[in-house]
Amino acid sequence: MATTTITKTEKLVGKRIRRREDPRLITGTATYVDDIKMPGMLYAAILRSPHAAAKIRSIDVSKAAALKGVTAVFTGKDTEQAGAVPCGASLPGLRVPHHHLLAIDRVYLVGHPVAVVVATDRYIARDGADLIEVDYEPETAVADPEKALEPGAHAVHPQWPDNVAFTFHQEGGDTEKAFKEADVIVKQRIVSQRLVPNPMETRGVVADWRAAERSMNLYSSTQVPHLVRSLVAQILGMDENRFRVVAPEVGGGFGAKLQIYAEEILLAYISKKLQKPVKWIESRRENFLCTIHGRGHVDYYELAAKRDGTITGIKLKIIQDLGAYFTLLTPAIPTLSVLMMPGLYRTPNISADIVGAFTNCTPTDAYRGAGRPEATHGIERMVDMVAAELKMDPAEIRLKNFVRNEEFPFPTATGLVYDSGDYSAPLKKAMEMASYDALRKEQVEARKQGKFMGIGLCAYGEICAFGPSPATPAGGWESATVKIEPSGKVTVLTGVSPHGQGEETTFAQIAGDELGVDIDDILVSHGDTSLVQYGIGTFGSRSTAVGGTALYFALQDLKAKIKKFGAMLLESEDVTFSDGKCVCNKTGKSCSVKEVAAAAYRAMKLPPNTEPGLVATHFWEPPNFTFPFGAHLVVTEVDRDTGGVSIRRYVAVDDCGNILNPLIVDGQVHGGVAQGIGQALWEQAVYDDSGQLVTGEFMDYTMPRAHMMPWIESGHTITPTPVNPLGVKGVGEAGTIGASPAVVNSVVDALSPLGVRHLDMPLTPEKLWKLIASKDQAGSNA
Amino acid sequence: MNESITVTINGTAYTHDVEPRLLLIHYLREVVGLTGPHIGCETSLCGACTVELNGKAVKSCSMFAIQANGAKILTVEGMAADGKLHKIQEAFWNEHGLQCGFCTPGMIMVTKQILERNPNPNEQEIRHGLDGNLCRCTGYQHIVNAVKAAARAAGA
Amino acid sequence: MIPQRFEYSAPKTLDEALGLLAEGAKPLAGGMSLIPMMKLRLAAPEHLVDLGRIKDLSYIREQGGSIHIGATATHHDVESSALLRGKCPLLAETASHIGDVQVRNMGTIGGSVAHADPSADYPAALQALEAKLVLKGVKSERTVSAEEFFVDTFTTALEPGEIVREVIVPVDGDGTGTSYQKVLQPASGFAIVGIAARVRKSGEKITLVRIGVTGLANRAFRATAAEKSLEGKTGSAAEVQAAAAVVAQGVEANSDLHASADYRKHLAVVYAVKALNAALSRIA
Repeated sequence: MATTTITKTEKLVGKRIRRREDPRLITGTATYVDDIKMPGMLYAAILRSPHAAAKIRSIDVSKAAALKGVTAVFTGKDTEQAGAVPCGASLPGLRVPHHHLLAIDRVYLVGHPVAVVVATDRYIARDGADLIEVDYEPETAVADPEKALEPGAHAVHPQWPDNVAFTFHQEGGDTEKAFKEADVIVKQRIVSQRLVPNPMETRGVVADWRAAERSMNLYSSTQVPHLVRSLVAQILGMDENRFRVVAPEVGGGFGAKLQIYAEEILLAYISKKLQKPVKWIESRRENFLCTIHGRGHVDYYELAAKRDGTITGIKLKIIQDLGAYFTLLTPAIPTLSVLMMPGLYRTPNISADIVGAFTNCTPTDAYRGAGRPEATHGIERMVDMVAAELKMDPAEIRLKNFVRNEEFPFPTATGLVYDSGDYSAPLKKAMEMASYDALRKEQVEARKQGKFMGIGLCAYGEICAFGPSPATPAGGWESATVKIEPSGKVTVLTGVSPHGQGEETTFAQIAGDELGVDIDDILVSHGDTSLVQYGIGTFGSRSTAVGGTALYFALQDLKAKIKKFGAMLLESEDVTFSDGKCVCNKTGKSCSVKEVAAAAYRAMKLPPNTEPGLVATHFWEPPNFTFPFGAHLVVTEVDRDTGGVSIRRYVAVDDCGNILNPLIVDGQVHGGVAQGIGQALWEQAVYDDSGQLVTGEFMDYTMPRAHMMPWIESGHTITPTPVNPLGVKGVGEAGTIGASPAVVNSVVDALSPLGVRHLDMPLTPEKLWKLIASKDQAGSNA
Repeated sequence: MNESITVTINGTAYTHDVEPRLLLIHYLREVVGLTGPHIGCETSLCGACTVELNGKAVKSCSMFAIQANGAKILTVEGMAADGKLHKIQEAFWNEHGLQCGFCTPGMIMVTKQILERNPNPNEQEIRHGLDGNLCRCTGYQHIVNAVKAAARAAGA
Repeated sequence: MIPQRFEYSAPKTLDEALGLLAEGAKPLAGGMSLIPMMKLRLAAPEHLVDLGRIKDLSYIREQGGSIHIGATATHHDVESSALLRGKCPLLAETASHIGDVQVRNMGTIGGSVAHADPSADYPAALQALEAKLVLKGVKSERTVSAEEFFVDTFTTALEPGEIVREVIVPVDGDGTGTSYQKVLQPASGFAIVGIAARVRKSGEKITLVRIGVTGLANRAFRATAAEKSLEGKTGSAAEVQAAAAVVAQGVEANSDLHASADYRKHLAVVYAVKALNAALSRIA
């Protein structure tokens, strides 16, 4: 599809404009962390534990320290006083393990950092790490959250022998009554397996201490540069105003870089200690072991329904695999699942429990969707099971239970207020795009021929645009500054920190429309705490809905000031500002933004009560989350001989409110769907009983590749949100959230003639083949 | 221990003494100072480091610089000519064939090879051709569109 | 990741290379298996001999009714060779299934077979083709069959100091059809199971069947029971099914995260049917 060329007076918002960040990326001239070089820069390599649980008897670094080119070696004893990795989440009674930067006397997971070697180049640093001798006393480990909760399991942290980090309970309505009065109750254990986020760029840090200036410059591949600044400066006792964090070009995050990692603190500490710039670049193997994982749920669901399909109650018990330690948000993630457990349905009665379990594994935390994919997967699987029980069409039961259009704003049983919606619209549109009725007829014929053809639906809802500050660990507002320079060129500084989502383009579209200036005259900058006012960052599908709104309001402030200068220049009180011009409504005389800018900075004369310059900064606190929604429809066929799943059609209809740039929205949906299909069919972080990550390289962890992906047919419905003036809801995570239940529902539907009602992910060919073979066997024996 | 190599990169000849174990990707990035080829894995499975070596797309993380002695190398930095983007670069831009951009230099270089060997590939052939390159952002659909668009542009 | 230090030689002649190998150096061909292992520090050779600079070692030529493929011919050379595509399409087809575009550009036939990964693609075809491998050392040259060459997982008939100098495959005349069918390990692209089938007919009658199997066991092997079952038959669906059914018989199958032994054996049967049917349909 072609991109649009914009003529001057046309609106920019809503157009398929190609991205303004791309020229540097397609020419290979963008600067990622590993592209940063400094005179005298040293390189760090980190020695990590090969054991999931072990005591450290001794560490001998003498050979490493003696290696030519090695500058320094640090162990846990050296950094013990430097601080700990922070956790920003709090829950009543939460047990928070002290998360040392480097292991002191025990290791708790494979990949646990034990020592840092700093050398003049990365090859020598790596050689040095090999020369460190660590005497471990290995212990048995526990890698499965349910086994961890069994009596007598290995205690991940000896002080908490039950491995329980927290329990959490929430309820709304009268669930017991709902279950007592139900016509049908469906129960199922549902697993959302551990996943590895795997952004294509691993993490990396460059720390550069300038002693004379008492200043730290920290370059990190992060989604949250301001948060990194505040926390790392605080942990190390450095001055926040002299601590600069730069998120340069960031090669994907997906939540994995919404963190404060040990290496960020370590590198800053080491740079100051050695008075030299130091670089560390994570290897892919380290990324598998030491960057957060996602999901890791075992969910026990019960759904109560009436015979007519009305869902009256949901009970859920979540066993959350937390890993050995907390990272920034670890314990908070499953609480998001609880918030979204009713999905798009009116269900007034819910009861939820979470048990957070320690395991000798990598910490879990926010991975694209963070809690909502698990919740959506659960409710959308359960709704299908109720439909099957009641012999209802899966579309019919959804349409029956959706929150109705006239009920918005809709208070949910979990305490949220859904902002706006027309929940049946995307489902109906997806069914129309796919010719649902014809598909069902085709399925009847296919089944007669013994084919396993499935049609899967998912109607998903999301909680996005994080979020009102009281509901977030570190503030949920966002900021923007707009500067019109004396020449009339426009600079936008946003507190969000995009890394592929395209806000350099969409924010330029917003500013271009509001100010009526050419998009080429607008520069959107972000990610540098010394350049940009304090901001929160990019995650939770918030950048446009919260950061874009902050920008919108900053633009309104600036427009008011432009009008004042326009009135002065046109010598009239009756002035309108539009399309980049102040126009006197009486005389028709006009002056451009450029002329206003020149006058505002030259300041020969000023309007009454007005300061020179044209700059506006706005911090915007959102009154609510936004709740995007949508529907996916997937047609699959399962090969009877091999168990292989082929996706014949993939229809994705989203409603993310107003669409600023359809090209970018489609891209977000495609990428999200790929990660959701990845979870449904292929991806899994598999630990063996000793706590070794078996799928710890691309050799064994199946990433979706081009030939594995279906063609995605995209559609949209548009229900603007009243939460912000742009009417946008957010779309970064939608595809991921919708995809896994749609695919699994489709495959379960395909195999339903065999009596299959549920399958846990990933739906590997072997799993399905075994199932088919066992049923065929049973059939032939009967 | 070090050995002298001479390599022509994007039209410029370079001579350096290198350790035999120096990987080509590190040579290009650390010694020559390029930033286009990226390191995404260590097992030659992601393709972010793809460059053209004597006319063939190769993964520069899985060969030693010394093996490239005497070779002509083209990286994404050498694709644009006379200030004008290569048609493949234009196609990735127009079709939104990238998001975070980290895999993009590799994608562009392998696309060049795909189209040289098959100027008019169908969707299946494109997807098969991209098999050595991982992208975590796009779901590949806009990349497939970009390859198609580049093929059309080259044919035009 | 970063390999350990090593010494490097890039001789221009095979004799020179063999001399160094006799002293304990290790050969480096395309490096597609060796270099990732060195980067993960699972391999640490002290001295590497790069075979890539040896003249005239990447040939693909017809000679005395066979096709000879030099050790450093890349997978791309093999898949795109007009000679092989015309006269030994099974090998070209198999090469096209290896890795990806970039790996096929670098990886060599000699390096791949010498590595003897039990889930590599070539060995299936070489078994089905009853290929010969010429092994050369500093003072020796011998020719072994594929059957003799593939000994065990990562183990071949190569003696220390020897390299695979060339691979020799037959030219099949009219009346022969071949096919390679593979189940991908989705993460790595290696074969969970790969079946190479080669079937010759005279009139309606099948006169020769060769089935090479990779991925299933510790080494690629010929499924001789299945071959015998089909020889002399016409190739009906039932006959093909019966032959395929014994492909994995008695085999101690590999088992890993991606496929259990039972599943691998089952896939071997399913893909043997596919490969045999495709081969039969291609008989000119």
